[in-house]
Amino acid sequence: MTREDVLKGLQERFRDDIIDLYDRSHKRVYMEIIPDALPRVAMYIFRDLGARFNIASGTDTRTHMEILYHFSLEEINLIISLRVKLDREKPAIASIAKLIIGANWIEREMYELLGIQFIGHPDLRRLLLADEWPRGVYPLRTDYEEWDKSAVRDRGV
Amino acid sequence: MARSVIPIGPYHPLQEEPEFFTLTVDGETVVDIEVNLGYNHRGIEKLSERKTFDQSTFVIERICGICSTSHPFAYTRAVEDVIPVEVPERAKYIRTIIAEGERIHSHLLWLGLAGHFLGYNTVYMWVWKLREEILDVMEILSGNRNNYAMFKPGGVRRDIKEEDIPVVMRKIDSIIPTIDRLKKAILDDPVLHVRLKGIGVLTKEEAINYCAVGPTSRASGVARDVRKDAPYGAYDRVEWDMIVTEHGDVFDKAVVRILETYESIKIVKTCLQNLPGGDIDLNIKDIPPGEGIGAHEAPRGEVFHYVRSDGTNRPARHKVRAPSYMNIPTCQATVIGETISDATIILAAVDPCYCCTERMAVRDSKGARLYDTKELIRLSQQKTERIKRKMGIK
Repeated sequence: MTREDVLKGLQERFRDDIIDLYDRSHKRVYMEIIPDALPRVAMYIFRDLGARFNIASGTDTRTHMEILYHFSLEEINLIISLRVKLDREKPAIASIAKLIIGANWIEREMYELLGIQFIGHPDLRRLLLADEWPRGVYPLRTDYEEWDKSAVRDRGV
Repeated sequence: MARSVIPIGPYHPLQEEPEFFTLTVDGETVVDIEVNLGYNHRGIEKLSERKTFDQSTFVIERICGICSTSHPFAYTRAVEDVIPVEVPERAKYIRTIIAEGERIHSHLLWLGLAGHFLGYNTVYMWVWKLREEILDVMEILSGNRNNYAMFKPGGVRRDIKEEDIPVVMRKIDSIIPTIDRLKKAILDDPVLHVRLKGIGVLTKEEAINYCAVGPTSRASGVARDVRKDAPYGAYDRVEWDMIVTEHGDVFDKAVVRILETYESIKIVKTCLQNLPGGDIDLNIKDIPPGEGIGAHEAPRGEVFHYVRSDGTNRPARHKVRAPSYMNIPTCQATVIGETISDATIILAAVDPCYCCTERMAVRDSKGARLYDTKELIRLSQQKTERIKRKMGIK
């Protein structure tokens, strides 16, 4: 397996799914794909290429809700980041937590911090935020505003 | 038999960290486990967006009290990946020395606590005394026992002084015989074999599917280590071995950590011997727009940072992923089916991160030392004598 084989294989196999392939450096590749293609592309990289799923990182870019799924291919020292851009008003994407168990927690985290829906997630509950945190308030969004937490903080004091 | 639910937490009685395990047991056997986190969620990713790139290094350093250098290491690498730039050779070596020194004391800390969890408190006291020596080494090198504040994007903040190197070398050499004795005492102890072998097994397939990292995965035969796979710092300039074992049980996780301590000692010593001259910092002024990824093999596994810059002096997005985030969920695979008495050590076997750096010295208000270790031991013995006399025991 060489770096060229991997990239060529990805481009040939997912010709219709890849929007943009940014060959950043010999260790980093960013690949933007259509959101619907995520499970098949992620599974190919994880199972067939034997990559490790590092983590996903969600970002509110003001125009889109963007998720990067980072995979590392240790054999050839390459990190492939799959980029999907979702609708900012109603962000939703298919969950990969059933295919890769390691993605379970991070999807729950992005669900509560950014308000992204993961369709088909086995257990889409909050992971880090308190139960009292109001519904529909997403702290990692750019339009997040601080709210009065004193009632929650002083509870039981 | 009816099933019962045993809550452990929200403040873990042994690991002294806010996390909540809900164990469902059928008789003695654990049939289900649920992990609840977030009791101490500090929102550091959000906080980091409001700090400058340089200030963030200090915030990040405080994510973890034990592996406090791991997060800055991954973060500075991520920022350097945005630019992109390579740090000077001397800075690479200094970074490696600090990171490996930290690995030695972190692995020793786990070993001591593992002994404590098993009710083997001699190991606990013994190992932690040994760990003090390493903390002294870190104090000589960086000025701090923990939270070294050595890292900055583009290099390191402080240099290692030439005159300190022989002192550090002597100190490190002096602890090797003790670690040897410790290794023998732990790995040859029949009781520990019975307690730890075949307990909490994480198979290779599970380790891959849970995306486990660090010693947790290497104990299951998954040969993955960022230091070998994607060399950075001085790791490709030094001879060292990746420790991989096959069984995936608690015993193998302990073996991996003990043997890795030796490799870290080897790396620190070689780096100190071959420390190149030159600059230690690039003095980076501006971070251009872009995105970068930085990874570092922390004592517990890979730390992963993603930084996005929009051209201002603050990160537009900073994603932090600690190794325990991937390792704690493996308890689903390891604890279920085991007995409740083994659950504690299995849950602790992934080395979930916690901070307790306690030491004692009695000082008066002007800072003068009143009692040292010997004095405290003498006082303690006197007190025991007093109590014995009172109770009429000879």
